[in-house]
Amino acid sequence: MDFSIASILLVDGLTNGAIYALLGLATVLVFAVTRVIFIPQGEFVTYGALTLAILQTGKVPGTIWLLMLLAGLAALAEAWQTWKRYRLAGTALLAGLKVLVAPVVVSLVTLWAAPQQFSLLVQALLSVCIVTCFGPLVYRLAYQSLADASSLVLLIVSVGVHFALTGLGLLFFGAEGFRNPPFWDARFSLGAVNLSGQAVIIALASMALIVMLWLFFERTLYGKALRATAVNRLGARLMGISSQTAGQLTLAMAALIGALSGLLIGPTTTVFYDSGFLIGLKGFVAAVIGGLASYPGAAIGALAVGIIEAFGSFWASAFKEVIVFTLILPVLLWRSLKGGHSDEEH
Amino acid sequence: MTIRKWGPWVLVAALLLVCILPVPEFWITQLNYIGISSLTVLGLILLTGVGGLTSFGQAAFVGIGAYTSAYLTVNAGLSPWVTLLVGLGLTAACAVVLGWITLRMSGHYLPLATLAWGLSLYYTMGNLEALGKYDGILGVTGLSLFGWELGQGRVYLLLTWSLVLLGTLALIHLLDSRVGRAIRSLKTGSQMAESMGIDTLRFKIGIFLIAALFASVSGWLFAHFQRSVNPSPFGVHVGIEYLFMAVLGGAGHVWGAITGVAITKLMADQLQVLLPMLIGTSGSYETIVFGVLLVLTLKYAPDGIWAFVDRKLPKAPRKVDWQDAAPLPHRAKPAAGEIVLQASNIRKEFGGLVAVNDINFSVASGQIVGLIGPNGAGKSTTFNLITGVLSLTRGSVTFRGETISSLPSREIAKRGISRTFQHVKMIADMTVLENVALGAHLRGSKGAPSAMLRLDRTEEQRLLREAEQQLRRVGMGSHLHELAGNLAMGQQRLLEIARALCNDPALLLLDEPAAGLRYLEKQALIDVLRQLKAEGMSILLVEHDMDLVMQVTDRIVVMEFGTRLIEGTPEEIQASPAVRAAYLGTEH
Repeated sequence: MDFSIASILLVDGLTNGAIYALLGLATVLVFAVTRVIFIPQGEFVTYGALTLAILQTGKVPGTIWLLMLLAGLAALAEAWQTWKRYRLAGTALLAGLKVLVAPVVVSLVTLWAAPQQFSLLVQALLSVCIVTCFGPLVYRLAYQSLADASSLVLLIVSVGVHFALTGLGLLFFGAEGFRNPPFWDARFSLGAVNLSGQAVIIALASMALIVMLWLFFERTLYGKALRATAVNRLGARLMGISSQTAGQLTLAMAALIGALSGLLIGPTTTVFYDSGFLIGLKGFVAAVIGGLASYPGAAIGALAVGIIEAFGSFWASAFKEVIVFTLILPVLLWRSLKGGHSDEEH
Repeated sequence: MTIRKWGPWVLVAALLLVCILPVPEFWITQLNYIGISSLTVLGLILLTGVGGLTSFGQAAFVGIGAYTSAYLTVNAGLSPWVTLLVGLGLTAACAVVLGWITLRMSGHYLPLATLAWGLSLYYTMGNLEALGKYDGILGVTGLSLFGWELGQGRVYLLLTWSLVLLGTLALIHLLDSRVGRAIRSLKTGSQMAESMGIDTLRFKIGIFLIAALFASVSGWLFAHFQRSVNPSPFGVHVGIEYLFMAVLGGAGHVWGAITGVAITKLMADQLQVLLPMLIGTSGSYETIVFGVLLVLTLKYAPDGIWAFVDRKLPKAPRKVDWQDAAPLPHRAKPAAGEIVLQASNIRKEFGGLVAVNDINFSVASGQIVGLIGPNGAGKSTTFNLITGVLSLTRGSVTFRGETISSLPSREIAKRGISRTFQHVKMIADMTVLENVALGAHLRGSKGAPSAMLRLDRTEEQRLLREAEQQLRRVGMGSHLHELAGNLAMGQQRLLEIARALCNDPALLLLDEPAAGLRYLEKQALIDVLRQLKAEGMSILLVEHDMDLVMQVTDRIVVMEFGTRLIEGTPEEIQASPAVRAAYLGTEH
């Protein structure tokens, strides 16, 4: 291996690593606020990439039918729960409608915009909006009523959601794979290092998103509310922070991050309805490296995962997945020897 | 004879009938697959439903069993009966390493590690030249016994289901034993179990190992039934499906395994025909139904389908067969007046906060010493320092002349200190007797294999006899077979004391035993404490209830802000102006 190959692999690894970093951050975020180990994170990636791909063809993406279906179910659930609590038809109806607003608006806009063949950027924005709407609905339908269950139960719910979302992905997108056009097809060379425009965009977008997340958590009331929930759910509830709102908001952010990652990764690889699982799990490995608790730890872990994957695919391409996923074992060994904290529940 | 006794025989009879009657081959094959998967799911029941841990990687262990046997029979010409053992050995090695690495950390690392490891193994199987890559290994031999071919039909069915029923029986036996009680205590957190002398890490690795071995046998059966192996039945999604089957059937019930597998397999058959017809294109759409069903099950029937059956079946009380068991040996008790516990200058700092500030006190044999003080005085911290839950910053604790500071709580229990908990920690779905027998854990030694084979009955009877005696000692003799979760608060406190006594302690540590008790319950507790003292037991009592403390203690240590304020007899403490000031404030 000479320097030029090494540099190509390094750039490749860092680009993918940036995306894993985003997914790792989302994983840590969801786990901190809701105690859910969110396996379906990868499905948001797929949904984001494939929604854009279908919009590119000028058709209405199947995601919005699924979105309306979930929104309808969530609205019914919300209305029913409100009715059981207050016995007021008006209040119940209003609660149900409130759930419907965002998904229906986004769906209607999409129905109108899909055949118009807007520019790539507009379609990308639309895709992100559609997928972000899924977050709160998934939380509402799958997790909300189980919010106080053990984290083991929540984890099993997660694999259920993952199964359902993957199957629905097949139903609404079909088995065909798509590769999106790059957002920027310029090429640069810095000495021996070659950079594609897409790689630059991935790096910039990831960094921008991380800075925005930081600002959100440091500077906004909602961000602080989420942090409070992460530290102590009961305490946050006593301060008037609804853990349901916190959960829905968190999953909205996870969906947003997932969709963006999907858009970023879409031009570099062919995405199938079930590709998200592996991509999401690499974010997971990154999050585990950070102990499921540290954001910088997850980000650094993600870059390491990306680089190891890139070099692994050069030396032993058939075994690159084996290398990446076996990596978790020495990491866990190191973590466990460093001081395995036991799980006393309280 | 109850339905619980003859129910399994109905299953045996039904299986024999299936073998004799002209049942279509399709159903014979299907029943074989149900049996093969049931073995794997049985292991998950032990791991997830009983032990509170989970694994997505069971399919990978099935894969190890299947591939080992397929590879060695095809390439080395070994007998499948030999390769079964090789497969089990390999599986055991992987499970122990994986368990040892992950189970020291909190519970969610095991599923994550098994997820990653399941993926690695799948891609390894799919890419290794020697294992035939994604095509796998073809032409695996069938099984034969003394030259007699077992084929792929009814005879194989008998083998599969014999193993399933033996596995089920072994698990039922295991759960009703000393080891079983330890396993069932894992879910409630490690603190209580450790203070009963249970090495929780060892038992966690143990159940992970047993679950993996069940999966390995299932893989071996699979390889020689199907006569070929390829990676796809051993992927992570299949691993998740096994978990789905366990949850659907009822993860807390041994019979939930067969129930869950049978329902899932039959449902999958129907869905694979129905859904593509409904949707118009082919594809594995049944995952949508499985996913949604899994979430709904956890929401509305978290104990699975078998729980509904279990509720309908009458429960016969445990047969009392331990009346004639030999009593357990007792440890040598300290002589009257001997110093049992000595705390010398013990100190605990949390960062800059000094929670316990160089405290000294001792407990002599046959004495009840009370440790009192206002809220935040450091009583509970002191208690935790003695029991090994927290580590000392400085100072030392000696018990019968031996330094016990820096020992973990299960080692301290082994030396003869037993404790109760401020917030009662018991296993709600075990009977009072079984909960108390948990306290005698250290006085038995039989392990999982002898429990599965029922070679532990003599010891088991001795343990249960001891548990019953201790329950009678605290006046709970009429509640032996009740579920612990149904007891009133006062009875729960007495259960904890009986459980602590089961360890044959030389010193009993009681953490606020009167908290939450009604008047009559408190009187009963006072009677029990007086009786224990009369029998020569040494007791250290942390308590808020002055009435109780003044009535039963010989000496009292008063703490305030982490320091020892005064020590004396109850009369001296009651007369002390300093104590009054600590509790009520001073006049200015």
